[in-house]
Amino acid sequence: MSPVLQTKDLTKRFSKVLAVDRLNLCLERGSITALLGGNGAGKTTTLSMLLGLLKPTSGQIELFGEDFIENRFSVLGRMNFSSPYVDLPQRLTVRENLTVYAKLYGVRGIDERIRELVEEFHLGDFMDRRLRKLSSGQKTRVSLAKSMVNRPDFLLLDEPTASLDPSTTNWIRELLNQYRKETGATILFASHDMREVELLCDEVLLMRKGRLVERGSPKDLLAKYDHDTLEQVFLQVNRGEGER
Amino acid sequence: MGRISALLLRYVYLLRSSWPRVIEIAYWPTMQMIIWGFVSRHFSSSSPELTAGGILISVVLVWDSLFRSHISYTLSFLEEMWSRNLGNLFVSPLRPAELIVALASVSLMRTLIGMVPAALLAIPFFGVSVFDMGLHLLAFFFNLVFTGWAISQFVTGILIRYGLGAESLTWVLPFLIAPFSCIYYPLETLPPWMQSVASFVPTSYVFEGMRALLINGEVRTDLLTSAFLLNLFYFMVGVATFFFAFDSARKHGLLLQSGE
Repeated sequence: MSPVLQTKDLTKRFSKVLAVDRLNLCLERGSITALLGGNGAGKTTTLSMLLGLLKPTSGQIELFGEDFIENRFSVLGRMNFSSPYVDLPQRLTVRENLTVYAKLYGVRGIDERIRELVEEFHLGDFMDRRLRKLSSGQKTRVSLAKSMVNRPDFLLLDEPTASLDPSTTNWIRELLNQYRKETGATILFASHDMREVELLCDEVLLMRKGRLVERGSPKDLLAKYDHDTLEQVFLQVNRGEGER
Repeated sequence: MGRISALLLRYVYLLRSSWPRVIEIAYWPTMQMIIWGFVSRHFSSSSPELTAGGILISVVLVWDSLFRSHISYTLSFLEEMWSRNLGNLFVSPLRPAELIVALASVSLMRTLIGMVPAALLAIPFFGVSVFDMGLHLLAFFFNLVFTGWAISQFVTGILIRYGLGAESLTWVLPFLIAPFSCIYYPLETLPPWMQSVASFVPTSYVFEGMRALLINGEVRTDLLTSAFLLNLFYFMVGVATFFFAFDSARKHGLLLQSGE
């Protein structure tokens, strides 16, 4: 089976700063992968390139077997994204936002899909409230619901559980796992929550100074570095002691 | 078509959510019409040539359609920047060309919401009906709306590339062409060098055409054709500028950082 995402020597340079340096990724269908790294490691730059928001300086991105750099619109409908750094229109209600994005992604049976999302993300109590009236945790749930409105085959999430309480975080984690199992979707997310990464991911990618310096399953990385937690692995790799 | 209607729905929801916004759209054109209506009435006794055929009120209303179409287009785009929603839009399958069509459609809708009440009120208030111009009114109106869209292409291009720091251009740019547009005075009033510049400004042909129709009853299709061709040219240059700026923003990673 061909991978959902494959990058070859993906590079982004901002004048003198090399933000991402010859990144080679390969994500299999149905996998959940975490992208880790300190500030300025190149995570957001990588996600932006994989979403078509940022043009790479060089290298290739192949998504669903298609050249994403040359022809991103043919595959963007099969993807979606959520980030705490991007908002939905605050003056629109939750229902209006989901309706607009469902139409934008060409979802069939919009009302039915929205009913499903209301149930999955427990949005019923505030469906007809404007986004600006919601708490940050409620907004995060709406943003995640939007990211699944088109039942994406490839879901990119930037800190998906930021501003959620521990029980909601746990529930969202289960929901993502369930979604992957039911649809075979591929999920790539950036996070600073190491516990979440350990519990959810099949594979961890560690970036430092724009380069991929370590990869492997949480279990393998813990064994390789002889640590009890992924946070300890992260700290060691981030100090430059784990570079391959 | 589905993606364009999705964006249209988004702007309809936005308007529906705020009645003050809808009232404001009609408020300024109506105020302009009332003020210039009284100016026109004042001049009608001392300088009747200035107000013949309701020219003063008509040109004010038609000029405002340019300003409204531009402002409506650009403000709708700014709404996406203010709400930090551009990132969500640009990771969806929405193409930039579809965004342009959606913004132009919203602009037309908002311009009509603003202009029609003002034009209707001018009839009982001052006995001036721009609708007496018939189909010619449509030609004048659409030419000016078209100019507004051409300016909007430049402005949104600059906004996407340089961010909200360039927001003031939205209000400033349409007035750059105002002196050359010969809205309230004939072309001959301008000094020769300004007349040369005006020959490259599509709105100058529109207002010369309006004066010819309202004062002399003369239909100048040559002027309307010149205005349309110039508008087409500027619109295409504007669209090219927008795409160039969009591409540049993608190279520099500005699409995720375009909020306040």
